[in-house]
Amino acid sequence: MSEQLALLPAYLTGHVQLTLVALLLGTVISVPLGIVATRVRWLEQVVLGAAGIIQTIPSLALLAMMVPVLAAIQVQSIGYLPAIIGLTLYSTLPILRNTVIGIAGIDPAYTEAAKGVGMTRGQQLWSIELPLAMPVIVGGLRTSTVWVVGMATLSTPVGAMSLGNYIFSGLQTRNYTAVMVGSVAAALLAQLLDGLVRVLEEGVRFRRRGLVAVAVGVLSVLYLFAGVTLARQFIGDDESERIVIGSKTYTEQYILSEIISGQVTAETGLSATVMQSLGSTVAFDALRSGDLDVYVDYSGTIWATILRREANTENRGQILDEVERALATDYGVHVVGALGFDNTYALAMRSADVAALRLRRISDLVPHASRLVLGGDLEFFGRPEWVSLRARYGLSFDRELTMDPSLMYQAVAQGDVDVITAFSTDGRIAALGLTVLEDDRNVIPPYDAVILVSDRLVRDRPRVVAALEGLVGAIDVDLMRAMNLTVDEDGRTPRSVAEEFLAGRSATDARGR
Amino acid sequence: MIELQALTKRYGERVAVDRLSFRAERGEVVVLLGTSGCGKTTTLKMVNRLIEPSDGLVRIDGVDVRTLPGHELRRHVGYVFQGVGLFPHMTVFENISVTPTLLGWSAERIRRRVDELLDLVELDPAVLRDRWPNELSGGQQQRVGVARALAAEPKVMLLDEPFGALDPLTREQLQQSFARIRTQLGVTAIFVTHDLVEALFLGDRIVVMRDGCLVQVGTPRELMVNPVDEFVERMFGTPKRQAQLLNDLLGSGEHS
Repeated sequence: MSEQLALLPAYLTGHVQLTLVALLLGTVISVPLGIVATRVRWLEQVVLGAAGIIQTIPSLALLAMMVPVLAAIQVQSIGYLPAIIGLTLYSTLPILRNTVIGIAGIDPAYTEAAKGVGMTRGQQLWSIELPLAMPVIVGGLRTSTVWVVGMATLSTPVGAMSLGNYIFSGLQTRNYTAVMVGSVAAALLAQLLDGLVRVLEEGVRFRRRGLVAVAVGVLSVLYLFAGVTLARQFIGDDESERIVIGSKTYTEQYILSEIISGQVTAETGLSATVMQSLGSTVAFDALRSGDLDVYVDYSGTIWATILRREANTENRGQILDEVERALATDYGVHVVGALGFDNTYALAMRSADVAALRLRRISDLVPHASRLVLGGDLEFFGRPEWVSLRARYGLSFDRELTMDPSLMYQAVAQGDVDVITAFSTDGRIAALGLTVLEDDRNVIPPYDAVILVSDRLVRDRPRVVAALEGLVGAIDVDLMRAMNLTVDEDGRTPRSVAEEFLAGRSATDARGR
Repeated sequence: MIELQALTKRYGERVAVDRLSFRAERGEVVVLLGTSGCGKTTTLKMVNRLIEPSDGLVRIDGVDVRTLPGHELRRHVGYVFQGVGLFPHMTVFENISVTPTLLGWSAERIRRRVDELLDLVELDPAVLRDRWPNELSGGQQQRVGVARALAAEPKVMLLDEPFGALDPLTREQLQQSFARIRTQLGVTAIFVTHDLVEALFLGDRIVVMRDGCLVQVGTPRELMVNPVDEFVERMFGTPKRQAQLLNDLLGSGEHS
């Protein structure tokens, strides 16, 4: 718990920044747009229609879509910017719609009276229409506030730090304390902001100076805080001095990113930050664009999903060499080296079932598959490996279920599914009594974990690359499996496991000398 | 002085007001009388261009109203709305001071004027100045409405069935107040109503309208004595018939 709470200031700061900036932008865009829409008839349908369409896009997809869009126009594509744009877009509909409804819903007697006492169009708007529509507009703002606070937790996969970091990493590492801390903090923040907006509106409407002062005071402090911290992030702290390390959304990646961070800091004295829980291709694209400096990927993943190569008669060494060559020439991404273990996709089943059905290899599974249920992680059924598995073995399961990787192991152990697409380094394979079937036709390529670095790092920071070379060959499959299990089953944090690993290595080094 | 010349409003094919001409002399209250939908409110709104005429002319003190921007014109024409039309988010003080504020009066002058007007419409400034409209009775609200229309010392006043929504007793009180105020201030006004008794009581002259057309203009006495047609005759005969009905009712009551 205290380990989790130590992360709160950073995550909460990120969350507050995202939420406040998005709501401010959303309001500044939506209220004037709503006013114009009430004046220009045809615009009303267009504007409300567009905002409605944005709202129907699932929020996670809306945020994720910002990454390639921003990359295409050559601006920062992961981190703060895509999150802010996505959240701002999402916040517009309730404010916009309520502005239109609020103004259109005013009794025409009041607008006519306003005209009758000699007001111009502008005076009617400011003195009569906006004040009368305010409770409705503020209602929309409050809806947006609660939505945006909630949706900001989904900024984590596009690289913006938020309370979502607790939730994403907590779900992956089965740390429900983290999930709870993140959720409760987000809920409290939503309540606080919603309450402030409500108090402000009531204060203005009933002319209670005290209420207005309190709400404006607290909001100003929050905005000042967000502004100052943001300014420090963008100006004070020199971007090029900081090494940005990426991690995808599972335990092994969290541990490895922390190991790399610790190694870089210890060897070069440079500060490093970890961008957690990035989508798989988000991380690669960010490395290419230079938004990320380093992360760990797997030779087979690059082979299949980035180079789009077929599996496979090549051996591990050949694939590694080819990946290194192709990434450097075609993508401007460099391979520092392999960490020393292979984390392959493997079909795993309960050991008891394997014994009962007398299975050893995937080929043995084929005749039984039509009666079995396969559970795959979020991306597996969209990956080329799955296409190859089906084609080359003729596998056809009764049903295929997509599930969160952290729940997959529990699901097969409990018998909810029969076969899962496990990661071979996952400590839970052994811990939960599962057995891996041999890929006897070599369909699944080897997945050597490799450290990838950006072109920028190679050019400008050779010291960092040298420090990373120290990790090449340093982690074998048993060690990785043990570290994963420590996090997944013993509830340790990835950082503490990483620190232990680095401490152990320096002790060994000292003895070696 | 308000002068209407062949004032016309067409909505597509339909003619709502048809070549209407009459004048309200300085200090005179002219009542527009007619059944609902006869075009009297439309006529009134064309005077201060809340509705733009299709044809014809309006002059106030000899000036064609089209030569002024609409909002400028309306700041110098007091308007009392049907229903109430007080702004619900403004206090009594703020409602009354709207037009003077638009005209850029000093705060001190506005403050004095509001108190003066509240006295004029028989409301206690100390008690009611800072109240919200929804805290007032219907009669009080309409008194504030009259005060608001008079606030900027307008040249002329337009009143659109101002007392129509009030109960009969309150209505009578307001009619008496208005009668006093108009004599006191020498108001030039057009007053729209469908209530004959109100028209007889408040109007120096009455314009009878039907289907957008002027039927007859005259003093109450002229209309009573010399109705031009059966419509006017029946309309002005209503109070007599009602009095007769009341008499019969009371008479039969005494017998039983």
